[in-house]
Amino acid sequence: MPEPNNQPPLLCLDCRSRQALDGRCAQCHGTRLVRHPELDQLSIAHLDCDAFYAAVEKRDDPSLRHRPLIIGGQKRGVVATCCYIARLSGVHSAMPMFEAKRRCPEAVIMGPNMAKYRAVSRQVRALMLTLTPLVEPLSVDEAFLDLTGTRRLHGAPPAVSLARLLARIEDQIGITASVGLSFNKFLAKVASEMNKPRGFCVIGRAEAMDFLEDQPVRLIWGVGHSLHQKLERHGLHTIGQLRAFEKADLVARYGKIGSRLYHLARAEDPRPVSTDRKPKSVSSERTLERDLYRYADLESVLWDQVEAVSRALKSKGLAGRTITLKLKPDRHRTLTRATTLAAPTQMSHVIFEHSKVLLKREATGRPYRLVGVGLSKLEAATGVLEVDLLDPASGRKSVAERTLDKLRSRFGADAIKKGRSLKG
Amino acid sequence: MKLSIERGKLLRSLGHVQSVVEKRNTIPILSNVQIEVQNGSLALTATDLDLTIVDTTEANISESGATTVPAHTLFDIVRKLPDGAEVELSLEADQRLALTAGRAKFALACLPKEDFPVMSTGDLPHRFDIASDQLKRLIDKTRFAISTEETRYYLNGIYLHVSENGDSTLRAVATDGHRLARMEIPLPDGAKGMPGVIVPRKTVNELRKLIDEFDGDVSVALSETKIQFSFDGAVLTSKLIDGTFPDYSRVIPLGNDKILEVDCHMFAEAVDRVSTISSDRTRSVKLNLEADKLVLTVNSPENGTAREEVAAQYAAEAMEIGFNARYLLDILGQVEGDTMHAKLADPSSPTVIQDSADPAALYVLMPMRV
Repeated sequence: MPEPNNQPPLLCLDCRSRQALDGRCAQCHGTRLVRHPELDQLSIAHLDCDAFYAAVEKRDDPSLRHRPLIIGGQKRGVVATCCYIARLSGVHSAMPMFEAKRRCPEAVIMGPNMAKYRAVSRQVRALMLTLTPLVEPLSVDEAFLDLTGTRRLHGAPPAVSLARLLARIEDQIGITASVGLSFNKFLAKVASEMNKPRGFCVIGRAEAMDFLEDQPVRLIWGVGHSLHQKLERHGLHTIGQLRAFEKADLVARYGKIGSRLYHLARAEDPRPVSTDRKPKSVSSERTLERDLYRYADLESVLWDQVEAVSRALKSKGLAGRTITLKLKPDRHRTLTRATTLAAPTQMSHVIFEHSKVLLKREATGRPYRLVGVGLSKLEAATGVLEVDLLDPASGRKSVAERTLDKLRSRFGADAIKKGRSLKG
Repeated sequence: MKLSIERGKLLRSLGHVQSVVEKRNTIPILSNVQIEVQNGSLALTATDLDLTIVDTTEANISESGATTVPAHTLFDIVRKLPDGAEVELSLEADQRLALTAGRAKFALACLPKEDFPVMSTGDLPHRFDIASDQLKRLIDKTRFAISTEETRYYLNGIYLHVSENGDSTLRAVATDGHRLARMEIPLPDGAKGMPGVIVPRKTVNELRKLIDEFDGDVSVALSETKIQFSFDGAVLTSKLIDGTFPDYSRVIPLGNDKILEVDCHMFAEAVDRVSTISSDRTRSVKLNLEADKLVLTVNSPENGTAREEVAAQYAAEAMEIGFNARYLLDILGQVEGDTMHAKLADPSSPTVIQDSADPAALYVLMPMRV
């Protein structure tokens, strides 16, 4: 018997039917039904691919399909992604690899193939862009979409367009994704996490405050480890508890983020979905397979990171003024050392010269397990000074570097290398 | 210790020393200023271990002694006292400094004078006097080019040295690799034979502030590692940067033959105007040089374009060259004459800029790719 009309609108994720019969889709009899009073009004979505790296690898090698799969640094390092089978054993991303292996000894472990994931990511993004031009990628496997005003274009409310998008991602690309649908970015992101994988979760205006009431403060975007601990110390565990405070109190206690806590606790997030997110920094780091302590060894790792950062800057047309060296003496401590240049640069030889000096000061015989370098204070790279008055060779080095870049773009990244990147 | 002093005099003296004290200190005593009664006057001392300033003023002394109190707190209190107030300072038995002015009373926490670091100067074998307006010129015309990059720490100051090129001169040079500024004055008596020294940026800035209202001679004493400036009741002692300043003479091009002469003020205003359109931090301005014509353009992908024409004297072949607008303005701000002389070579080589009114000042500026 068709359900009466005063029921909240529903949607079958499998066949996009809007009718249900006895708790099943009236058309395909599937059970993946989404029911929500505001289903047809909400238009801000967050789409997150499920166990992205692992899903891509499983798609390409069906023999992995039913085995636990972990993607991450092979000998040491951390889990980048693990499939849902591995998650059953308690493995999760960012877990140290040895711990993951202990919990799930039968897991297949693979190193990440970023080039492949980026290619798949581009395909997913292309599908998203068929829904709306307002796509804001957050990382390789997630993005915000603003579908406001697309109803007439697609002949369907945003929820239906999104369900169609999920189905196309599964059919055409062969991986799955989850969607959170709400009225702002904060809640959309929270919603997409709610029933992964292949989830579709809706948070409407009517229940937003109630929903947040008992959620942990950790859920708030911007609450990291240290702020979380601080909040816990102050007895603030749930988002609802934050509402007891005036904005000024929260700002006084926690600084700038206090204002965000105040508003997000009230489900207020005015940030628009913006397509031109400018990166604030570009960085590259590597967790070493075994600790290094000799300057020469650390320097050669640094050079690889410098080259990666320089490549990323050049491909984005950016240059940065602040160079930050990152070192980890052990798993829990991170040491950063920064220096700011008079003029922005994207050239690896300049970044290397400066980061080398920073590294030299810290290479005191103490072992490090991670070496990284990043550039911030970014701006467009046009008109960047490349010649140093005091180092006449710097001009030649820059010309040589540009030539190398051209060769690589024609013949591949490994076509030509500097001697220093060849080890052993 | 007990004394009284007029608020204006105390504020002026505190103003001389307090900026040496860093805002954040890991060693508590470095946040303090030392207050000491010395030979019937009041001596205030502040230090950051690299730089020490002692400033002496007259005061009505009733009891000698010394202590140290938080420098910024004391400065802020005195700043907020009404003009003309008589300030009384006395060290109480509970080791607090009582500050009384009119009906306002403060009791400040002190740290003992014995804990206050004393900077040893060692032997300062080279001594000479230099007129303060000459010293100001040496500083003003070079300090904008001091590098802030820590990696080449030896560029974080002004290189002060004797040049024996023709007439002996005392030269100041600063560079950050993108521009270089050089200024010289006739060699003061007694400076002959002094080693070339690199005076750190903070010392340069503190010194410049101290001598701003002073007109007489400044006594300079130095060794390879320390420098001391004394005048008018103030003594500034600083460590020098331990490093080798690069051979800058290689950097100054001699063969540039394309001469551009332009009204300095008009040019500076035009550079400032056209660079408004750029939203980047590094604002580049393109100069198109044609026969007796200089056209400035700035292109901003986001905001649009700007163009301005400035009358100029130029007879060489037409060329196009880009500069960092701020670097150009820094130099133009120091040109005293009406005309700026630029000697150019090509769009990728350094340009030399000189001041029609002051041949002793010389600037080198690296162009930008535009």
